[in-house]
Amino acid sequence: MSTHLLEARDLEIRFGGVVAADGVNLTIDEGKNLAIIGPNGAGKTTFLNICTGWLKPSRGQVFFLGEDVTRLPPRKIVQRGVARAFQIPQLFSEHTAMENLLIAVSAREGRQSPFLQMEAQPERDEMRELLDLVGCADVADARVDALSEGRRKLVDIAVALALKPRLLLMDEPTSGVASSEKFEIMDILVKALARADVTSVFVEHDMGIVKNYADEVAVWNAGEVQMRGTPDEILAHPDVIRDVIGEEAA
Amino acid sequence: MTIRHILPAIALLLIATIPFTAPALQILLTLALAKAIAVMGVTLLLRAGQVSFGHALFFGIAAYAAAFVAASSLDDLVVLLIAGTLGAAVSGLIVGLFVVRYRGIFFGMLNLAFSMIFWSVLEKFYHYTGGADGLRLPRPSVLGLSLERAPFELLLFYVTLGLTVALGWFVLRFLGSPVGQLFQTVKTNETRLEYLGISARTTLLKGYVLSAALCGTGGILVAVAQGIVTPSYAYWIRSGEMVFIAVLGGAGSIPGAVVGAVAYEVVRAYAAAFAADIWQLVLGVFLLAVILFAPGGLAGIYEGLANRLSRRDAPSANRKPAAKEVHS
Repeated sequence: MSTHLLEARDLEIRFGGVVAADGVNLTIDEGKNLAIIGPNGAGKTTFLNICTGWLKPSRGQVFFLGEDVTRLPPRKIVQRGVARAFQIPQLFSEHTAMENLLIAVSAREGRQSPFLQMEAQPERDEMRELLDLVGCADVADARVDALSEGRRKLVDIAVALALKPRLLLMDEPTSGVASSEKFEIMDILVKALARADVTSVFVEHDMGIVKNYADEVAVWNAGEVQMRGTPDEILAHPDVIRDVIGEEAA
Repeated sequence: MTIRHILPAIALLLIATIPFTAPALQILLTLALAKAIAVMGVTLLLRAGQVSFGHALFFGIAAYAAAFVAASSLDDLVVLLIAGTLGAAVSGLIVGLFVVRYRGIFFGMLNLAFSMIFWSVLEKFYHYTGGADGLRLPRPSVLGLSLERAPFELLLFYVTLGLTVALGWFVLRFLGSPVGQLFQTVKTNETRLEYLGISARTTLLKGYVLSAALCGTGGILVAVAQGIVTPSYAYWIRSGEMVFIAVLGGAGSIPGAVVGAVAYEVVRAYAAAFAADIWQLVLGVFLLAVILFAPGGLAGIYEGLANRLSRRDAPSANRKPAAKEVHS
């Protein structure tokens, strides 16, 4: 039996009366981009929060490469190779886009010397390529709090990629990005992920994106994985059309 | 080399000539520069968005450590500096383990609490600490040489000036390094920091120990210059003074800490002489004006002027972060 990249077993968590995860079981395998869809409040973001240690489930376990990471803090899980991009970008607002990436790379490399200056790190070119990859090379030297929300999301993804993760979890990567640019960006992103050997899981509301870029789709509903399959199967399923796509179209 | 660097260099040279051009100011500037080193510690924490209202703790610990060591046969300036700074750094590590768990007002108040506990210990354990009278710190030798008062004070002035420049340079290097940059992100986004695989507490602790060591070095120099250590070294007013100077000089600016300390001491000395009853009022109004009209402090005012002067030859936007506010 091969080890799954990530495996969630029977996760349960409640917030007051709301059950945000009610026995979630899910496996993620290397090289398959998984899209998570589902109505608002179905527990999609909660799932990402549990997988990265931000929330502790009241029941169940999370395994990364066969290791139980359920009780670990986010930083320990990140160190094992899971990176995250957020729905609301989490950046260092007083730094430029380039500096955000350089900070990420110094965290990755664990640099401690107070005499090496951040700008002098050898990964500068690598980071510039990464910014170029997400289409933000032109704003490399702009403070991120001066960027548009869409640009900030892309920089946020670049920061996550700068860590060279095995698994990248993205929460609505293209929300806030102009719809004319969404496909172009996803094209680049998916190619880059494949080249860097990064498996991705992304929460997505845009069915066009799901159809084109996901290898698999998991449907969330009321804290459960309702079904899982290829994009073609799932998006044609009457329940999904009623519960998820219907709501998105509305 | 732009005008931005030339003026501070000239100012430093002028200060270096003080013992010969204005000897009356020598001791005042020794104290001001020693305080500047301590204020750098407070300023450093401001860069991580944290205000400590208790950093006089480390100022006091180092001064008392120096006084205790001086009472032994090891009363050499170099030994005092090393022992006191180490004492401050170690206590910074111990206190830091507690305070880095908190942010904002809780961080500030917990620091204050630790410093006041230490102050009470100094006041009450008078068999060891001399109580409110404090301990005498006789003039130490310097690398084995016993100096007369005048040459010693001259030497102390230059040692303090040298340490101010060297430590200021070091802190700037630290802030520009990867570990220092991570330290500063505690101010802007701890969530992302955690998701970079970094512990915000550990990162903050590193900066905290450095800030404690800086306060300690400042404390020893003041103690040696004054020849006595008293509990007032660790009193909350001393901590408040450090925050005051840090904000006056430009919250978050290391050169600002030096400018602020010198300005503060000079204003205080002259205001006390010419307006003995209202000098605190003068300083208070001065600080109010700085916060309202120049939130970047004295360093911010200088930065603004330098930008205006050098706009022609340096169009590449000097992307200095906007005036940092004090989050308490």
